[in-house]
Amino acid sequence: MTDVTKADPDADGLQGMEHTKQYDFRLPETYFYRSEKGLDRRVVEKISYFKQEPEWMLQFRLRALEIAEKKGPPKWGPDLSGLRFENIYFYIRPNERQGTVDSWDEIPEEVRETYRRLGVPEAEQRVLAGVGAQYESEMVYHKLKEEWEKKGVIFLDTDTGLKEHPEVFKEYFSTVVPPEDNYYAAVNSAVWSGGSFVYVPEGVEVGVPLQAYFLLNAQSIGQFERTLIIGAPGSKFHYIEGCTAPAYTTDAFHSGVIEIIAQDNSQVRYSTIQNWSHNVYNLVTQRALVHAGASMGWLDGNLGSKVTMKYPSCYLVGEHAHGEVLSIAFAGDGQHQDAGSKMIHAAPHTTSSVVSKSISKGSGRSSYRGLVQIHDGAVGARSNVECDALLLDDTAKTDTYPYIEINEKTAHVGHEATVSKLDDEQIFYLMSRGLAEDEAMALIVRGFLDPVAKELPLEYAVELNRLIELEMEGSVG
Amino acid sequence: MTDTTLDIRNLHARIRGGETILRGVDLTVPRGEVHALMGPNGSGKSTLAKIIAGDPSYEVTEGSILLEGQNVLDLEPDERARAGLYLAFQYPVEVPGVSIANFLRLALNARRAEGEEIGVMEFYQKLQKAVEALDWDESILERNLHEGFSGGEKKRSEILQLLVLEPKYAILDETDSGLDIDALKVVSQGVNAARGPDFGCLMITHYQRLLNYIVPDRVHVMVDGRVVTEGPKELAMELDSKGYDWVRDQVGA
Repeated sequence: MTDVTKADPDADGLQGMEHTKQYDFRLPETYFYRSEKGLDRRVVEKISYFKQEPEWMLQFRLRALEIAEKKGPPKWGPDLSGLRFENIYFYIRPNERQGTVDSWDEIPEEVRETYRRLGVPEAEQRVLAGVGAQYESEMVYHKLKEEWEKKGVIFLDTDTGLKEHPEVFKEYFSTVVPPEDNYYAAVNSAVWSGGSFVYVPEGVEVGVPLQAYFLLNAQSIGQFERTLIIGAPGSKFHYIEGCTAPAYTTDAFHSGVIEIIAQDNSQVRYSTIQNWSHNVYNLVTQRALVHAGASMGWLDGNLGSKVTMKYPSCYLVGEHAHGEVLSIAFAGDGQHQDAGSKMIHAAPHTTSSVVSKSISKGSGRSSYRGLVQIHDGAVGARSNVECDALLLDDTAKTDTYPYIEINEKTAHVGHEATVSKLDDEQIFYLMSRGLAEDEAMALIVRGFLDPVAKELPLEYAVELNRLIELEMEGSVG
Repeated sequence: MTDTTLDIRNLHARIRGGETILRGVDLTVPRGEVHALMGPNGSGKSTLAKIIAGDPSYEVTEGSILLEGQNVLDLEPDERARAGLYLAFQYPVEVPGVSIANFLRLALNARRAEGEEIGVMEFYQKLQKAVEALDWDESILERNLHEGFSGGEKKRSEILQLLVLEPKYAILDETDSGLDIDALKVVSQGVNAARGPDFGCLMITHYQRLLNYIVPDRVHVMVDGRVVTEGPKELAMELDSKGYDWVRDQVGA
């Protein structure tokens, strides 16, 4: 692993502290700090100290650490034996993205090559790769920010959210995903840093998607990001995180927690596409609490990482609440995408729908792990799950773990799963029309993903297509 | 003078690692002509069609397929297509999530150099013309390739693609099978629209019926993996009334 900071490790430096007093990402960073490797009480205390957090947050972090230590890692799911906490910095530099490299030259050639071929502009490439900050988007962002502020919309990085809106923050923080929930949620709770904080007031519709991209300079895609999104009653908005271009990071561990509260009759969408470099363990908890008449949609794309475990969930707690998950996973050589969804129907007439599409290639493996739970009294609840797996060759693997628990007689639950292999007849047919073999394969894959891809914002769909073409190149042989 | 034929010479082929099916096929289709290939079930007609297109599940053990002088046996199926060959499949596959319009644009661009992709107007006009020739509705172009298509619609789609891609030579593998009379008329109308001095065609069929709508310049008869006889269009009528046993007897097959 490259040593990513140029700081003197003994310095524990604290120069230019005045820059943290105000949210202003124009200022160049002039100080450095990183924790020692590994996770213990001292690290957690230091994080809280450098962030100048209120006492309750420090106590929260420490309690979470205790829970993590008691719980230990899960004993089910993908192989995580390569993940060693003693080799990980749990906190690096307060005002810059974690895991960044200091110059463009340090980015591996294969990643740079991928950017070039995806046609990502160099300025953007540098940001994606974690080099420097995205000052170019500042103007656009400020204009949108003004519009949002007029409507009372809060859109900040989570650290700033805690400072500027302590009451709202405290009311909702950790109410959807408590540290007790799972080991990685507990670890995140102890060391979280960055992420987005979104509050959309009652009845407000936000036309333009709120994109985490705008907050890049403020650690929104950090190693342990903590995102908190609140849609007040009747609000309507779309939040987008991530990008299809590969996000290079020297960190081997990413563990985020995303909490969403969709209050009565709100409509909230959260879209994320991750394409972490293939050394990353990506273990994320995404959950929404969906109240009466509200609708929550997760769009989840998992393309990168070494191992991903991610199961976006909807807790449908109010009558007529609706939850949706659309997910795409691509498991190439050496990757294991263990993704799925959880739909908890805890109120009458709640509805949910899950569409999951996975593609595996070479030594890649994709798993669908899903839970549909219908509580007693959730009269007339309906759920439909459809998961389709496509194998590109004879060595790729896929498996499905559907869990269905129904405690209500009037509920309707449907589950459909298909596994298909890239069909030689389809390839021959497309080739007989003039498409080269890799183009034919890419076209079949794109068609397979189409039902989900067409729900993506256009620029993401375009990037996804390019990416599939890149993945298909060299798969002929 | 340059060669303007699709010329199949002494072609022997078998299922990869299996049974021999073609035992010395000789057949020539000049550009500008439409030929019919008839013969009983199992005589190797469809196998010949797939081998011309480059189906990897067969292997050629002897002979050649010359596309205007170029032996295509060493070419991949896509290279053959770009060189001007087209196969209308007997059983076209479904490709979910891929619209016909999108697919045809990719197929056309595959024939062009990078940076010289087909323009929107030109593409649209081509599609419109093809759709009209088949009495079809334009909405068909937005449907996914053969997904939920009836047998007849699939055959119609094969001819639609032929009209858009404008190959030099097309092989129609039992394009008439499974069609009712109205569909047969419409499909024939499409093939006739493609006819001209720059288009050669080999129609594989069991039935004289098709040849009432697409009148062939010449008829070849295949039995047991060989072309055993050929003649003018009247030969098809004779086959229709006398059956294939008559040919067998004639050639002593």
